[in-house]
Amino acid sequence: MPHTTSFARNQWYVAAYSHEVGREELLGRTILGEPLVFYRTEEEGTPVALADRCVHRRFPLHEKPGRLDGDRIVCGYHGFTYDTTGTCVYVPGQKRIPRTARVASYPVVELDSLVWVWIGDPALADPQTIPRARHLDAPGWTTVRGMEPIAADYGLLVDNLLDLSHETYLHGGYIGTPEVAETPITTEVDEGAGIVRVSRHMDDAACPPFYAKSTGIEGRITRWQDIEYHAPCLYLLHSRIAPAGVVPEADGSDPGGFHTEITYAITPSADGQVYDFWMVSRDWATEDEEVTGFLRDNNHTVVMQDVDALNLLQKTLGSERTGYQELSINIDTGGLAARRILARLVEEGDKPVEKVL
Amino acid sequence: MSSGPTGEIYRIDWLPGTDILHGTCHCGAEHSAQDPVEMWEWMLGHPEGHSPAAPRGNSS
Repeated sequence: MPHTTSFARNQWYVAAYSHEVGREELLGRTILGEPLVFYRTEEEGTPVALADRCVHRRFPLHEKPGRLDGDRIVCGYHGFTYDTTGTCVYVPGQKRIPRTARVASYPVVELDSLVWVWIGDPALADPQTIPRARHLDAPGWTTVRGMEPIAADYGLLVDNLLDLSHETYLHGGYIGTPEVAETPITTEVDEGAGIVRVSRHMDDAACPPFYAKSTGIEGRITRWQDIEYHAPCLYLLHSRIAPAGVVPEADGSDPGGFHTEITYAITPSADGQVYDFWMVSRDWATEDEEVTGFLRDNNHTVVMQDVDALNLLQKTLGSERTGYQELSINIDTGGLAARRILARLVEEGDKPVEKVL
Repeated sequence: MSSGPTGEIYRIDWLPGTDILHGTCHCGAEHSAQDPVEMWEWMLGHPEGHSPAAPRGNSS
C-alpha cells in the first residue's frame, strides 16, 4: 500500500525557478497530478501555464517538436495552436475550430525568483496570499539553488524538514552535530495563517563542517534554527551562526552573526512524487565564489542524503501491511502540527465552493 | 497559504532538561504532557477542558 498524503487544492505552489521558464525550451511539470506546460510571452516576458495535453490526441504540448509561435504554443504532433488563455486558435486543414478546443490555463505569479501556480478554482486565486521569500532576489544576498525530484510522498519531505534532529544522524559530518538532536524545541502554530514555527536555539554547540569551512569560525558556536513552514508549499529556515556567546545587539543589529536563509518549496507532483526545490541564501561573503561553490556542492550532498533516505522510506512504507504503527516523541511536535494543518487544507480544498448569487 | 497572522496561536515548549512538553492554547489554558500526540489532542480539544483559570493539567 503506497504511502500518500492527499493533495491540498486551492493553494499556490512553486512550479519552477524563474530562470527555468523561458522561450527557448518549453517546461513541462506535473503539479498535484496535473501536467502543465510553462513558457513566457514575447514582449512582457510574463509566465504562462497551460494544461500540457493537446485537446486533439493528448500529445504533451511541451514535447518537441512543439514550439512557440509568438505568444502561441504549437502542438508538436498536428499543429493545434493555443493562445495564452488556452483557447485553440488554429487547427490544421479546416477553418472551423471546435468550440471545445481549449486547454485549461492556470493563474501564475512570479515572485522572489519563483514561479507560483494556483491549483484549484481560478476564481479563488489571490496573489496576496502567496508567502514571501524576499531574500531570494533581494540586494545583499547570494543564493545557491537546485531541485531534486523525489519518488516519495510529499508528506515525508514535510516530516523531514520539520524535525531537524535528523541532521545529527543523516547529515552527520555535514550540517549535523550532537547538539541538534539534544536541544529541546519550541513549537508554535498560527492556525488561521497555516504557519508552523519550530525553533531550536543552541547556545554552545560544535560548529558543523558546513559552517566552519564557509564562515571561518573556529571553535564552538551559538546556533539558532528558526523554522517557518507556510503550509503547504513554502518552508523557511532562518539560520544564525555566531561564535559562542555572541548575540545580536540591543538595537537589533547583528554584526557578529552569520545569517543563512534555507528555503524549500515542497511541491507535490503526483502520488508518491514530490519536487524538492532547495535554496541557500546568505548575507555574508556574498561575492566569494569559493564560498558559493562550497555551499552549492555541500548542500547538494546534504539534499541527496535526504533524497536517498526518502526514496528508501517510501519503498519501505509501500511494503508495510495496512495499519502499521509509528511512534512520535517530543522531536515530532512540529511535524505533527504540520500534518494536521495539511489535513485541514486538504479538507478545505475538497469542499465545493459556495457560489455567491 | 499565508493570510496573515490571526492571533490564534498554539504554543508548545519542550522544557529544557526535562522530557516535559508545556502547552499554551490561544485561550490561555495550559497543559503539560510527555507525549506530543496527547498534547495536540488536548490543544485541539479547545474549548473542552480549556479554562485559563483552570489548574495546569499534568498527565505525566
